[in-house]
Amino acid sequence: MKETIESLRFRITKRFGAKTVLKDFGLEVRGRQFITFLGPSGCGKSTALNIIAGLIPATDGEVWLDGERIDHLPPEKRGFGMVFQNYALFPHMTVFGNIAFGLQLQRRPAAEIAERVRQMLDLVQLPGFEGRYPGQLSGGQQQRIAIARALVLHPRLLLLDEPLSNLDAKLRIEMRAEIKRIHTSLGLTSIYVTHDQVEALSLSDWVVVMRDGLLIQAGTPQEIHDQPVNVFVADFMGFRNFFQTQVVALGPDREVEATGNGMKIRGKTRHTFAPGASVVVAIRPDDVVVGGDVGGPNAFRAKVDIVEYLGREDEVILTLESGARLWVHTEARLTPGDLVPVVFPPEKVIFLPTEGPGGTA
Amino acid sequence: MRPRRAGEPSELDLMAMACLAPSLLYVLVMFVYPFLYGIYLSLRPLKVDGFSLANYIAFFSDQYQYKTVGITFRLAVPNTVVVVAFSLLLAYNMRRGVWLERTITTILVLPISLGVILLAQGILGFYGGRGWFNQMLLGLGLIEDSLVLTHNFTGVMLSLFMQQFPFCFLMLLGYISGIDPSIENSARTLGAGPWTVFQRVMLPLIAPGLAIAFALVFVMSFATFPSAILLGQPTGATRTIAIAAYAQAFEMYDMPYASAIAVIMGLFQLAGLLVIILLRRRMVLAATMGVGKR
Repeated sequence: MKETIESLRFRITKRFGAKTVLKDFGLEVRGRQFITFLGPSGCGKSTALNIIAGLIPATDGEVWLDGERIDHLPPEKRGFGMVFQNYALFPHMTVFGNIAFGLQLQRRPAAEIAERVRQMLDLVQLPGFEGRYPGQLSGGQQQRIAIARALVLHPRLLLLDEPLSNLDAKLRIEMRAEIKRIHTSLGLTSIYVTHDQVEALSLSDWVVVMRDGLLIQAGTPQEIHDQPVNVFVADFMGFRNFFQTQVVALGPDREVEATGNGMKIRGKTRHTFAPGASVVVAIRPDDVVVGGDVGGPNAFRAKVDIVEYLGREDEVILTLESGARLWVHTEARLTPGDLVPVVFPPEKVIFLPTEGPGGTA
Repeated sequence: MRPRRAGEPSELDLMAMACLAPSLLYVLVMFVYPFLYGIYLSLRPLKVDGFSLANYIAFFSDQYQYKTVGITFRLAVPNTVVVVAFSLLLAYNMRRGVWLERTITTILVLPISLGVILLAQGILGFYGGRGWFNQMLLGLGLIEDSLVLTHNFTGVMLSLFMQQFPFCFLMLLGYISGIDPSIENSARTLGAGPWTVFQRVMLPLIAPGLAIAFALVFVMSFATFPSAILLGQPTGATRTIAIAAYAQAFEMYDMPYASAIAVIMGLFQLAGLLVIILLRRRMVLAATMGVGKR
């Protein structure tokens, strides 16, 4: 099997007419990693992937692969595999024809083609499907064939453009594990585009969060999840409760105390703030503790407004005494109208810069 | 809906039949009856009592008449090939959208809305002996004598092309741009260059649309009548089979003979369609078989 890449380095700008969809988007990807471009629709993540694949020309910038500049190469000369959201199988060819397509173009001997197609069908757990047509397969099966078709050529880089978006929730989780298994067992280098943060966190070695064509934050899933750099990333990572406050005191070891909306909130920050600076306090619905001592730090009183049953726990919307809304996930069974104490554990609270220019929020 | 046994008509079937009835009636009255009546008429020659194939025999034993079949094929086949080929070329290259697409499409479609007579008038003026086209070529010194482009075979070809190209182009453009671009993209990433993509992926997917385009353009070209009269030589080089039928019906007042010619024309059109269907099947098969197996 052809070795995977050492590194992929790019810095690209893309404009469609007057609209800039990628602004100097740059990154270095190391081999054998699973990278995810994560962002809402229209953030430029798919465009970036298509530029790497060679399917769309960049307006400006360069793409380097192992010290070789490749942005002038047409897609068929790059040796990358690509998996598309809508599978993009050739409807007029059988499963065999689809997977064998690339090998036939390389004029491999028929016996080798048959053997490699069989191996791939085993890998994606659809042995014996050679004679079927794409129209006879379910969505999940079609996507497996699409993955097999891309992998049979031993691509040095595998590009996946929202491959699970068209599948239902259960199948999505199944295929997610499948993709991870194949990536790891073959030692691939993969770039995966998604708008689903769960997919990004569960699959990736490295997550790249994008917005409006800009790289907002890149890091390990843990970093992105626990230490988002701004409100946008925090919101994307499931922080739902945001409060505008002012820094009143800074302790050693990056401890912060801030007030706002009649609340005094303590916690830690990765950012450097000056006393008096405006900051946004954020906490996830799962991290808010219902009950406890109202006299303690970060403890407040709140009125229950809406309770939604989610199974193991409820999603509860409360109003804090300050008037701010609070989303909480709790196993405590609450009733609308209840007045309950809530606590923001200081280690779960993060402090973020307020919205600023340049996409920092 | 209540479950029903096989063979038992459901309420839905009755409803569907009731809804279908008006259009079915229309087809029967306006198409099937005249068609069958034409066939019946063609078998009842004026000079013979009872049924006879005399009209058909007469057509195929008179060189002046059977020659029209050859003339019509010589017009229809090249015209069909040229129209479809041009349309395919243009539509394929415009499948991802191009600059000023709307304007280009409008200009291309304009001839359809003008009607054959106005179009013929325009062609006579533009391509005629003293028309702009010849004036331009003369002015540029490219030719010494005016080219004869009207009132002959070329004139009819020009007119047929202009009538049918926009129609065929639009049909193919709709067909081709409806094909998911990621199919083409995936072929590219699998190592196929633009030509291989066209040949092995796009062409088989376009084939059904291409076959329809071929069929419609061929049938329209084969039935050509006004163009052949206005821009051709209706008594000589471009005396198509439709003109022959018209002449029998409205110059000789021999309706049965005219009907026979019309039936013969229909049979040749059917034969043409059959060839197209067979070709389409071969084209799809050839593309599905891998290059490795060739």
